[in-house]
Amino acid sequence: MTGPYEGPVVLPDDPSLGPEVQVDFPGYRSTRWRAPSRPLETLPEELHSLRGPVFGGSAIGPLDDDLTRQHDGEPIGERITVSGRVLDDDGRPIRGALVEVWQANACGRYHHEVDRHPAPLDPNFSGAGRCLTNEDGRYRFTTIKPGAYPWGNHPNAWRPAHIHFSVFGRAFEQRLVTQMYFPGDPLFPYDPIFNAVRDPKARELLIARFDLATTQPEWSLAFEWDIVMRSTPFEDADE
Amino acid sequence: MTTTPSQTVGPFYSIGLCRQSDDVLDPEGVELSGTLFDGRGDPIRDGMVEVWDAAAERWGRSTTDGEGRFHFRVRPDADVLEAFVFARGLLRHQRTRIHLRDDGAAEDATLVARRTADGFLFDLHMQGERATLFFAH
Repeated sequence: MTGPYEGPVVLPDDPSLGPEVQVDFPGYRSTRWRAPSRPLETLPEELHSLRGPVFGGSAIGPLDDDLTRQHDGEPIGERITVSGRVLDDDGRPIRGALVEVWQANACGRYHHEVDRHPAPLDPNFSGAGRCLTNEDGRYRFTTIKPGAYPWGNHPNAWRPAHIHFSVFGRAFEQRLVTQMYFPGDPLFPYDPIFNAVRDPKARELLIARFDLATTQPEWSLAFEWDIVMRSTPFEDADE
Repeated sequence: MTTTPSQTVGPFYSIGLCRQSDDVLDPEGVELSGTLFDGRGDPIRDGMVEVWDAAAERWGRSTTDGEGRFHFRVRPDADVLEAFVFARGLLRHQRTRIHLRDDGAAEDATLVARRTADGFLFDLHMQGERATLFFAH
């Protein structure tokens, strides 16, 4: 994630935000008072190789990977599957990784008391799921395509449609919280969160691929998105 | 392969990440609580802290409440907990450590929890004079 920010200018830098602080991104206002101000310390070497929590099948309910079947009725919206692999940066699958997702409904409204967007809530959609990756490192969710929604960052600010992902690998360091986007979204150039990843090639890694091959005819569109986490000493030992 | 970039947890993570009482690492444990503060000294009400008692392999997660406070029940004889901080406005989670013993092992004075009558208190300051030390990770 190094290199210059080459995307379209999202916002003029606002002088009232003050000097940029570390891991701050001026276009995303909330970073101003929340990004750490002290220089980051080097982690003691032995702490790079800690095992992390292991979540077994007991952490998962039977309908947790199908966000369209968690209520009596079906949610409104485009039914989709989102699947992919959780890999380390050597390309090896990470098995048993806990993948948690949350998202807005088809209208761009979260089932959350703080969300005031005047779009309808869907009584048949909570927007949360979780699963464990299988032997090939694969995860799979059935859900509906989330809508874009406005937010208060700057005048006429809209978030591109996205699904939030949280992933636990095997090591404590294999921890990732990120957002998956949909290909071709016209809001990409205007979103400071997406563009906070300043390397355009790295931003591409956040965009899922439409996959006709796994689309279920007469049923659901399919998107494929792989998640890559750093390698750790543990995968070798567990092979 | 290039690793997938981080993105903020946003303000609505609780619908996906907080479906059970994950803040108990040890049911017989003691209270570890604290407040997450931003650079203006205001409590961060939409933050989340995860802790890992690596020695006992016990994990916990707590969202901050309306006062920016988080709560855990932890092993009273744990020496140190590894911790991650998440919040709207944090592009990536931040890593720190919570030392429950003031035994000189802490990397920084900001990483030592204070003893209270019934457990431990550990405040997190993202910025300012009392800014918590975070580790590159």
